[in-house]
Amino acid sequence: MDAFAKVGIGTPLPRVDGVDKVTGRARYAAEYALPDLLYGVAVPSRIAKGRITGIDDALARQVPGVVEVLTHENRPSEAWFNRSWKDELDIPGEPFKALHDEKILFAGQPVALVLAETFEAARYASTLVQVSYEEEAHNVDFQASLAEKFEPSKKRSSFQPPKNRGDAGAAFTRSEVKVDAEYHLATEHHNPMEMHATTVEWHGEGKITVYDKTQGSQGVQSFLASAFGFSKSDVRVVNAYVGGAFGSGLRPQWQVQVATLAAKHMKRSVRVVMTRQQMFTHAHRPECTMSIRLGADSSGKLNAVITDATTSTSRFEDNMEDIVIWGMMNYASPNAMGTYAIAPRDTYTSADMRAPGAATGMTLFEIAMDELAYAARVDPLELRMINYSEVDAMNGTPFTSKALREAYREGAARFGWERRSPEPRSMKEGRELIGWGMATGMWDAMFSKTSASAKLSANGHLEVACATSDIGTGTYTVMALVAADTLGLPPEQITARLGDSSLPTSPVEGGSWAAASSGAAVQLACQSVAKKLLKAADKVEGRPLGGASLDEVVFADGRITLKSDAGKSVGVIEAMRAAELAVIEEEETASSGISGLVSMARKSRNTHSAIFCEVRVDEELGQVRVTRIVNAVAAGRIINPKTARSQILGGVVMGIGMALHEETFADKKLGRWMNHNLAEYHVPAHADVEAIDVIFVDEHDPEVTPLGVKGVGEIGIVGTAAAVANAIYHATGKRIRSLPITIDRLME
Amino acid sequence: MNRFDYLRAADIPEAVRQGAGEHVAFLAGGTNLIDLMKESVERPRELVDINRLPLRDITEMPDGSLRLGALVTNADTAYDDRVASRYPLLSSAILAGASPQLRNAATNGGNLNQRTRCVYFYDVQTPCNIRSPLLGCCAFGGVYRYNAIRGSSPEWIATHPSDMCVALAALSAVVRVTGPEGDRAIPFEDYHRLPGDEPWRDNTLKPGELVTSIDLPAEGFAQNYTYLKLRDRLSYAFALVSVAVAMRLEEGRIAEVRIALGGVAHKPWRRPQAEEAMRNEQPGRQVFERASEALLEGAVGQGENDFKIPLARKAILRALSQAAAGTPQSQTDKRIA
Ligand SMILES: Cc1cc2nc3c(=O)[nH]c(=O)nc-3n(C[C@H](O)[C@H](O)[C@H](O)COP(=O)(O)OP(=O)(O)OC[C@H]3O[C@@H](n4cnc5c(N)ncnc54)[C@H](O)[C@@H]3O)c2cc1C
Repeated sequence: MDAFAKVGIGTPLPRVDGVDKVTGRARYAAEYALPDLLYGVAVPSRIAKGRITGIDDALARQVPGVVEVLTHENRPSEAWFNRSWKDELDIPGEPFKALHDEKILFAGQPVALVLAETFEAARYASTLVQVSYEEEAHNVDFQASLAEKFEPSKKRSSFQPPKNRGDAGAAFTRSEVKVDAEYHLATEHHNPMEMHATTVEWHGEGKITVYDKTQGSQGVQSFLASAFGFSKSDVRVVNAYVGGAFGSGLRPQWQVQVATLAAKHMKRSVRVVMTRQQMFTHAHRPECTMSIRLGADSSGKLNAVITDATTSTSRFEDNMEDIVIWGMMNYASPNAMGTYAIAPRDTYTSADMRAPGAATGMTLFEIAMDELAYAARVDPLELRMINYSEVDAMNGTPFTSKALREAYREGAARFGWERRSPEPRSMKEGRELIGWGMATGMWDAMFSKTSASAKLSANGHLEVACATSDIGTGTYTVMALVAADTLGLPPEQITARLGDSSLPTSPVEGGSWAAASSGAAVQLACQSVAKKLLKAADKVEGRPLGGASLDEVVFADGRITLKSDAGKSVGVIEAMRAAELAVIEEEETASSGISGLVSMARKSRNTHSAIFCEVRVDEELGQVRVTRIVNAVAAGRIINPKTARSQILGGVVMGIGMALHEETFADKKLGRWMNHNLAEYHVPAHADVEAIDVIFVDEHDPEVTPLGVKGVGEIGIVGTAAAVANAIYHATGKRIRSLPITIDRLME
Repeated sequence: MNRFDYLRAADIPEAVRQGAGEHVAFLAGGTNLIDLMKESVERPRELVDINRLPLRDITEMPDGSLRLGALVTNADTAYDDRVASRYPLLSSAILAGASPQLRNAATNGGNLNQRTRCVYFYDVQTPCNIRSPLLGCCAFGGVYRYNAIRGSSPEWIATHPSDMCVALAALSAVVRVTGPEGDRAIPFEDYHRLPGDEPWRDNTLKPGELVTSIDLPAEGFAQNYTYLKLRDRLSYAFALVSVAVAMRLEEGRIAEVRIALGGVAHKPWRRPQAEEAMRNEQPGRQVFERASEALLEGAVGQGENDFKIPLARKAILRALSQAAAGTPQSQTDKRIA
């Protein structure tokens, strides 16, 4: 274990929470055993739109063990104004309020919550609740909803409007080489392994602890306080472990609403767990249609980019994504233009799902770029090089760094791209056509103001803490690594704590900013501890460090050592003892600061990737195998190559799903999703995933965030589906512009 | 969960006694029945656990047939040396289905009696003729991708989801049952039924009848066979279309052939005339094409599942050529032979 002596940023450290997870010690929201717990099971609405005209719960109440059936008629009071129901994402519109009134907004909406002493009684009784409705005409069909598409005047605050340049329309008309086509992405549901669940612990006197599956404990804390009339200090939210979320836990979902209402009503602890079917009654990636027009000269040099997209939202909220900006930012076309609208349907509001906007918009754009490569008879990789932009072509700003060229080169070399034969259908082995395709990925490198604490004890044990979340991404391990790096302690001596609203302030975990932000905060807190520790070391007899300043020493192997003389050092425990300190505890906040804000205004901050893919297609039978993917990622500094690689692998697998499998089917007459289970909603199985090779390209970028970290949670999915679709074209000569590419679409 | 009584049968006569009456279900591996009970699709009042019955053996019979006990698991059946060497078509079909965990729990009797996977059947908030007779069918004109291409009325759209049964149909297995009226042997083609005007009845078992074994006739077609399954991902998905071919070649000519299709109808689909017509022919494209035409005669799609017809046609051709060449589809290597 020699390498572990110098554990720090860049060490491939196995997850520090790994053993707890595989041995079951890690507890998830539905796993907190509490005395006197009530179990709540929601009754879903059969209809998609209309109102409840009556609820007959008599039979349900007769089931032994049932104590209450909570509905909009008997629920406790809650906040009246919409603004009290806003969450951190602040989507314009009327937030969904579960059990609030008789209105039905989507199929599967909870209309009653049966509460019983056992889960079995609650579940059985939930099937006995009779609800009558007055139905109204609904529409869940995206194509039909396009007739009602609009551009909302009040936009989601994170929305980046496309900035047009030049005269794209005229330039397109003039162009020698053109692509003009419609692209489409199906509705997808997040389907993390862990279902959404909440256990509310009732402490009495209006105090609650809420174990919730969420990506942001403090966001849920504020939400519950304002929506249900709790004092914020009386609400503690814990999400110590989250079994995946992919964005479904960015907003408080309905299970935390009904569980909290029920606890308040019953003055008892309550647990509500969604079924897998109910996981299809909330967040989903919007369906998207995108028309892309590309104009280029005969060498493939772009002179016009025109993208028009529409994504789905609900009837009650205006969810927007950044769909059309990616191609406009990434490529050096002098003329570019984008328009974007949303179309309402009678479902729950669409939601952010891993790389929201880019996973859709950049992916579809990269299929169009592939079409341009064939139209201009230029190698697809060469086409990207011809149109390479050193600056953010839409905003006209330089990047803090952009090692995309290196990603293209290293990815292509690893893949063997130069051996590709350019013509479609030109590579074959046995019955299978072989195709090689590539695409570009792009995502934001974000940073959010975050606080962390560090507490060093006399025995040399360090605890670092931050209210951020670890949704399986490896945040615990990142925090431990940064702390180990800063204070030179072995990870075994470090405990990382997160997922608790009582810890130092952190925003919701999303957008791939958690590692950069919580990492920076942990580093600052540890640096403050280091300062005090150095002072304490001065108390050691003989002052071996001779009053050296911070930059004259190194913290390593549990010791503080003079840089100038490795023979002179003080042990951490020794220093604590000499200064008679029980603990050193510091809390710090990492924020962009003035220089960061200036830099943000002047420079663009993005991650980039180059994806290369091989498919083998049995054309006659429509069977596609993705045999090889190389994803070369430029994402600044990599804190933990091991968990970072896992993030990219997961993103690539999800990209394969986007390319070939994932699609939620709606029954238009009934207004509901029909394949709402994991037998019929397909994600890649093991057999669908073969060799995936991840490369992290060197990208030194001290400006992007304090640690030079850009984040890797989402970039892995962006563009991957395009690489697959483009490889299928190369194999078969069939251009399929609607994802996923299922057998029927391939055979059309 | 709906309330039910749980009974455990100690022997076959007791199971038959306990199984008599209304709303009784036999519980074998439970991989289908328990799922359906959790979803309130099935609501038996009595559950008779048959797992203690002595039906866990695979036995060689004096007439050369092989008897598969109803409670032998799908996995134990597929990996049994006798099955794997004499009836590799059956092993292959079983291994094309579900996942290792499910195959370890699922039994042969349960596999025969599993219910359709039509998404409407599974969602109790939608009307479904199979679940609650006479409510109507939503799949017809709804999410139809997975449904049948035989017949054009709402009654005909559910498919039988089993892979194993497609192979059993091609092998002309015999299902042995016992019940209140004694023992019966049911030829496989008569075991599952076409919907007619009772779409909720999947098979010809009489109330209270228990499957005791599946008998495989001596002829196992171990040289020329294949099970080709096409689905939405390379593993762990139900068949969109599957084809089982069992063939015997003599001096380069087809002495006998059986072809069964999965994913297209209420039961594994065979057309004896199509098979007859191939007898004594030399295997080849034209012969195979004629067979696929005959098998798919009268097939109709409903838009979303139209693709199943050309897909089935090509799958039949491929399967016949795999079988004739003696290069059966591997179920571990996903590359199609
Ligand atoms: C996620 C998933 C994926 C699957 N994928 C596939 C697939 O790709 N291909 C495939 O073929 N199958 C697939 N299956 C289905 C699986 O093969 C069946 O669930 C299994 O074979 C049923 O066997 P069992 O012993 O568990 O039956 P049970 O669930 O115990 O019983 C099923 C039915 O059979 C009746 N029954 C059981 N034994 C007898 C008997 N001896 N006599 C009379 N009636 C009896 C029961 O009363 C019940 O009605 C899948 C299942 C799941 C859950």
